[in-house]
Amino acid sequence: MDELDELYQEIILDHNKRPRGRGELPGATHTAQGDNPLCGDEIRVFVRLEGDKIADVKFIGEGCAISKASASLMTQAVRGKTVAQAKEQIQKIHDMFTGQGCCEHTSFDTDGEIAALGGVKKFPQRVKCATLAWHALDAALDGKPNVSTE
Amino acid sequence: MCLYYSLMPSHSSGGATAKKTFCVQKVREDFPILGTHTRAGKPLCYLDNAATAQKPQAVIDALSYFYANQNANIDRGVYELGAEATELYERARKKIAARLNAASPAEIVFTRGTTESINLVACSLGGSVLKQGDEILITAMEHHANIVPWQQIAARTGAAIKVAPITPAGELDAMAFENLLTERVKIVAFTHMSNVLGTINDAAALTKKIRARCGAKVLVDGAQAIVHGDVDLQALDCDFYAFSGHKIYGPTGVGVLYGKQALLDSLPPYQTGGDMVVKVSFETATFKRSPHRFEAGTPAIAQAVGLATAFDYLDTLDMPAVRAHEADLLAYASAALREIKGLTIHGNAPNKGALIAFTMQGVHPHDIGTILDSENVCVRAGHHCAQPLMGVLGVQSTARASFALYNTRAEIDALVKALHKVNRMFNE
Repeated sequence: MDELDELYQEIILDHNKRPRGRGELPGATHTAQGDNPLCGDEIRVFVRLEGDKIADVKFIGEGCAISKASASLMTQAVRGKTVAQAKEQIQKIHDMFTGQGCCEHTSFDTDGEIAALGGVKKFPQRVKCATLAWHALDAALDGKPNVSTE
Repeated sequence: MCLYYSLMPSHSSGGATAKKTFCVQKVREDFPILGTHTRAGKPLCYLDNAATAQKPQAVIDALSYFYANQNANIDRGVYELGAEATELYERARKKIAARLNAASPAEIVFTRGTTESINLVACSLGGSVLKQGDEILITAMEHHANIVPWQQIAARTGAAIKVAPITPAGELDAMAFENLLTERVKIVAFTHMSNVLGTINDAAALTKKIRARCGAKVLVDGAQAIVHGDVDLQALDCDFYAFSGHKIYGPTGVGVLYGKQALLDSLPPYQTGGDMVVKVSFETATFKRSPHRFEAGTPAIAQAVGLATAFDYLDTLDMPAVRAHEADLLAYASAALREIKGLTIHGNAPNKGALIAFTMQGVHPHDIGTILDSENVCVRAGHHCAQPLMGVLGVQSTARASFALYNTRAEIDALVKALHKVNRMFNE
């Protein structure tokens, strides 16, 4: 698979075309906006916490295939998880793209579809697209209104 | 064409200019970077010229020659080297003044670029003439650099910003523009050529219209137009004209603010410090006249020399042939892109410079950019520092291919082939 095919894997293209967890979330307890000043893309993440558990999570906004697929994959990954587990997942994503804490892909072996984001590593200019929704989720869980990938 | 072609004999088609030629393949050899960055057998196809243009060897050589042989600070040393550097810097100013038909070299202020040029006018002119109830008129097709400085000075002075709308084809709405020209308008700032739509505004006619309606000062953002037309400042008759060196094949870090001399001399300084003062005490200072009044500190000396060299380089070419070549690239690319399924071109003004902003159904411009890059085709993807215009166009961002004199039809073929790949990956 060449680098481009690795970036635009079937899973990514599928989540781009049919994003999961897209839309407003009535009754959200937490929300934050993520802005990518480079391209003007914006993603807003909504979270409904029940106790320590993420009962539901959704996103709205326009973005590239990478940012949309990443947001879609994110909602799948953290729905039903505890805040601590979500934070751990956010950290894993961060580590993957900054090359810290693990070698290639290993932390994603058990994470199913999210591993498809690994192809972004070869495209440093696109890392911010992949992390936008995760930054917004992180900010929402921390009670911050917005975050920028600047 | 509404851009004014210079009437300098070097641009007419006879006499001394008979020897000037333009052959794109030969010109490409003057730009060393074009022969590098071949990837997987695919040559570099650089179509992001509206962001910054590549540099001819002459400019690269001028910079390195300056640093190797001529470097000293200007306007200071009594030694010969300092005098020589000063002479080169001032010669660059004279060259540019002559090339653009300014009334005098004193009307050419060296800045860091278009952005600083506009900030200078916004602060110095806006700061002195604007008051509560006054208006600054801009257009819907402006770059952030011709919006945000006006917002800042408007907030400080209580003035308001009015925006002249554009037509669906991407032209300035002439009627609406005229209706906005009231006595309240003190400054009108508009682009000579849109960096997104490619639209070339008839700056001379607009300036005439403004003069007839009100006493507003006129600033023209020439960042793109300086590249695609031969600017004649006397014909334009605007008060200020701003452009950057790096888009017209010169170095980064240097640009120009042209201003009518009497007006420049009447304005307070923008930045203050060394080199722009006549006399300084602990209590006060008096300032030099233009252009030095606006060149505080050590300027971009080598870069100014490099910029003059870029104009020298262009003077060796048959410029009417260059313009014809750019027009051919635009026409060829426009026709080819219209054939691509789901592709929309933003900006269809009859008088348009050599760039094309476009979107594709079902594909975000960033994904277009990445896939094109895999074919070694460089385009810009994003909002092009024109977010308000993106709103008017109803898009978040666009892709943009922008052409320079060294681009070829073969490169447009490579672009088109890569765009088909985008459709194959996303829309099949």
